[in-house]
Amino acid sequence: MMNTSVNIAGIEFKNPVMSASGTFGSGVEYEEFFDLDLLGAVVTKGVSNIPWEGNPTPRIAETYGGMLNAIGLQNPGIDVFIKRDIPFLKRFNTNIIVNVCGKSVDDYIDVVERLSDEDVSMLEINVSCPNVKEGAIAFGQDPKALYNITSEIKKHAKQPVIMKLSPNVTDIALMAKTAEDAGADAVSLINTITGMKIDIERRSFVLANKTGGLSGPAIKPVAVRMVYQCAKAVKIPIIGMGGISNAEDAIEFLMAGATAVAVGAMNFVNPTAMPETICGIEEFMEKHGIDDINEIIGCVD
Amino acid sequence: MKKKVTATVISQKEISPGIYDLWLKTELAAYAHCGQFVGVYTGNDSRLLPRPISICEISDDWSAMRLVYRIAGKGTADISHLKEGDSVKILGVLGNGYEFIKIFGEDLSGAKDVVLMGGGIGIPPMLQTSKELSAHGIQHTVICGYRNADLFLNQDLAKYGTLHIATEDGSWGVKGNVLDVVAQKGIKTGVILACGPMPMLRAIKKYAESSKITAYISLEERMACGVGACLGCVCKTANKDEHSNVNNARICTDGPVFKSSEVMI
Repeated sequence: MMNTSVNIAGIEFKNPVMSASGTFGSGVEYEEFFDLDLLGAVVTKGVSNIPWEGNPTPRIAETYGGMLNAIGLQNPGIDVFIKRDIPFLKRFNTNIIVNVCGKSVDDYIDVVERLSDEDVSMLEINVSCPNVKEGAIAFGQDPKALYNITSEIKKHAKQPVIMKLSPNVTDIALMAKTAEDAGADAVSLINTITGMKIDIERRSFVLANKTGGLSGPAIKPVAVRMVYQCAKAVKIPIIGMGGISNAEDAIEFLMAGATAVAVGAMNFVNPTAMPETICGIEEFMEKHGIDDINEIIGCVD
Repeated sequence: MKKKVTATVISQKEISPGIYDLWLKTELAAYAHCGQFVGVYTGNDSRLLPRPISICEISDDWSAMRLVYRIAGKGTADISHLKEGDSVKILGVLGNGYEFIKIFGEDLSGAKDVVLMGGGIGIPPMLQTSKELSAHGIQHTVICGYRNADLFLNQDLAKYGTLHIATEDGSWGVKGNVLDVVAQKGIKTGVILACGPMPMLRAIKKYAESSKITAYISLEERMACGVGACLGCVCKTANKDEHSNVNNARICTDGPVFKSSEVMI
């Protein structure tokens, strides 16, 4: 009997594949394509204490082997999320990880406290969105700010806390270590890489926000390298993501040291990318006589 | 029903400079109706996102759909190279389309003086709309605005409704835009169903407000997922949108067709 389950901060995942926040809503839109029970977890789109409008359009630009987005964390706010999205997800036999965003430490704590009585498995703290002016990435680019927000959130959170890290830093291993020292139960990486696209005919930016976050297959080698560096630096589990399209990509992240992986932009390209990735991992394990997925985590050295 | 499927190319030809007419054999045709769209994949791994293209026509046996689109960039150029017998991946059926019961009422009794307006590459969805209106026995007028005398789909459109043409340069029909046709020909407008460039849709929204009539307009925006998850293709709404809890609706799923009074364009 093959084991595909992994454990992060005491939470059991039937398999290591989950959605990357912001690419899957709360799963409603993908229920038409496959059974969400198949997933290790659904990681929901970032939610703040009050509704956020997000950025002006265009919010999307395709780039070579990837895409830029500048949604700006549009979300309905925690009240609607608790009333509508959590009950929807409770219908499925999968872990719920709620991604939390805010403009100030108090905003984050507000959401974290509102979630304390909710039956969700984990919280993922978004300190790495490059598309909002206040908060978010500001907490993820300065080790002191990251330490502070992580330790504050840990004081209030009832569920295990994952800090989602930004690749837009000089030393991501330092950021992972900082999160660990501040009490984070896990880290997830990478969020998108800040990028830009210019329309040369119009001599203007393609995105209304000028800059956006780059995701998709184009960023995968950067993400694999960063996961590897963080795995060397910390003992807490890592959820790896960045351009995962299929099982081969997912296995690369596991071998680099990720305990679980998330599929992001490729959900937009292939709505069944996640179930296909899960099947592909099982096939790989069978082909290579791997009894337990945990055997390959961080196996590259 | 939404699904990513492999369709087979029945035929493709250029029907006007830069405008392509693609017939696809696909199971999705059976689930489609006027005003909806599909996402067409480029087949090129460097250009990953599906291209949103409106459904121009559905075959009478519901086994095939026709897409008429303009080459707008490298992705649509990839699609224009498809030849008979080729396979192409498509995602669909997407969007709400022109929902007659919602627009005209349960018994379609509100379908009086229906005018379809298509501008440029907004003309194609008007063909299936016109076809479905005639299938319901609803008489209607179709007004198409082109840049110049390089017309397309005009012969098909003349089959189902009373067709009027406007060209920007005056080389065919009325010189000007679709609303100039209404003024010059004294066309009675009860309900307008429109698709076209943003300036045209803004003018129709304004016209509908001042004439106190109803207009349904089909919007366009850069999209990623096409299914309502990414929140990339939003438009501002007059009232708070139920899904987003802010004044933003998703063009791909709440639209692309909106009542003109409900969107701030």
